[in-house]
Amino acid sequence: MIEIKHVDKWYGPSFQVLTDCTTAVVKGEVVVVCGPSGSGKSTLIKCVNALEPFQKGDIIVDGIKVNDPKTNLPKLRSRVGMVFQHFELFPHLKITENLCLAQQKVLGRSRDEAMARGKKLLERVGLTAQADKYPGQLSGGQQQRVAIARALAMDPIVMLFDEPTSALDPEMVGEVLDVMVQLAQEGMTMMVVTHEMGFARKVAHRVIFMDRGEIVEDATKDEFFGRPRSERAQTFLSKILTH
Amino acid sequence: MFSNLDFDVVRRSLGYLFLDGMTFTLTLTALATLGGIVLGTLIALMRLGNLPVLPKIAAAYVNFMRSLPLVLVIFWFYFLVPYIGAWITGAERPIAVGAFTSSLITFTLFEAAYFAEIMRAGIQSIPKGQVAAGYALGLTYPQVMANIVLPQAFRNMLPVLLTQTIILFQDTSLVYVLSLTDFLGAASKVAQRDGRLVEMYLFAAVVYFAISFAASSLVKRLQARTAIIR
Repeated sequence: MIEIKHVDKWYGPSFQVLTDCTTAVVKGEVVVVCGPSGSGKSTLIKCVNALEPFQKGDIIVDGIKVNDPKTNLPKLRSRVGMVFQHFELFPHLKITENLCLAQQKVLGRSRDEAMARGKKLLERVGLTAQADKYPGQLSGGQQQRVAIARALAMDPIVMLFDEPTSALDPEMVGEVLDVMVQLAQEGMTMMVVTHEMGFARKVAHRVIFMDRGEIVEDATKDEFFGRPRSERAQTFLSKILTH
Repeated sequence: MFSNLDFDVVRRSLGYLFLDGMTFTLTLTALATLGGIVLGTLIALMRLGNLPVLPKIAAAYVNFMRSLPLVLVIFWFYFLVPYIGAWITGAERPIAVGAFTSSLITFTLFEAAYFAEIMRAGIQSIPKGQVAAGYALGLTYPQVMANIVLPQAFRNMLPVLLTQTIILFQDTSLVYVLSLTDFLGAASKVAQRDGRLVEMYLFAAVVYFAISFAASSLVKRLQARTAIIR
């Protein structure tokens, strides 16, 4: 589904943020990407739907080369759902409009179709009552659930999550993770940048550990939590799991 | 001192002042604002885009317009537009352009420079993440601008845009240099005809003040209503 091959990325002429990143996500797989701040995990996931350009290597999503200048990026992106750290709902639009906008403009669905699909997904994330409110009237956890519904409304073939719970108050993390766990259990292909190791243990198939722009560890969940091969991953795990 | 003032002259000329003068002033203000915002937004988009050359052209235009006195530009266009029109259409003689059309073009082009800077600030105030979210949903650049960035930018900038419009409303009085009859022009004509300068200019000042003041109070109320809920 997603193939990342020898990707290098620089900011400016000398600062390298990604170094020779190679991995793959197959259909139905849930892959968690973790690592310390500044390790390039968010950058890597943003390269997958070309929100960030990269200078070397290839990324192929569902057989389409992302870094090919001839690729129709809007079309490709419409099939790749993305959830952001800061939700990025459109604050001037009601929740229903947030859900319908791209369905109508990109997929060409009728107003009624888009509304029906949006309402169904809103019900799924448990927010039917908030349909006619504006994003600013919702809590962070509710906003993030709307953001997930908005991405799902496009019927994506894969979902990317960029630290979906990092900007949330602790008591709201659970409600968002519940939606994500349910999604994973239904067989959605997911690539998730997160520090939530509980989520990784519960539903991840594989865990990728990044440090200083490199993929240091790429292992199955049991291998990763059992006995990480790299020292850096072990140190990282011991730091976040003891709390 | 005030005993020989005759304010009846105001009452007698009300029809002329408002039906002719004020109608002209408001029409010019409304059309130039509309044109200025549309053109200004396009210039702002040019300036912020990453196409070659266009940002420099847009910046040069804005800087040029803002470096000239408005009266000069009004004059300049009035005498130049007929020749430019002839040059574009290939006509042999200068094309007759009415004073109103000429002043409308001038004000639109001049105000566009100011509206462009306001819109540029408005567009830049929208977080990058909003644009990324639009792209991630598969929207194209024009769709992201039209549906996500510009509606938010307009709302954020509405108070400044309306304040600029109030300034434009006052500036339209400069059309007197083309002998057009706007509100101030009408007042001035009556004043000179009847020898009632003090009365007419006092009245004109009161009217300008009342309208501008009412408009700015309205802006404040509107601001509270259209603000984005955060």
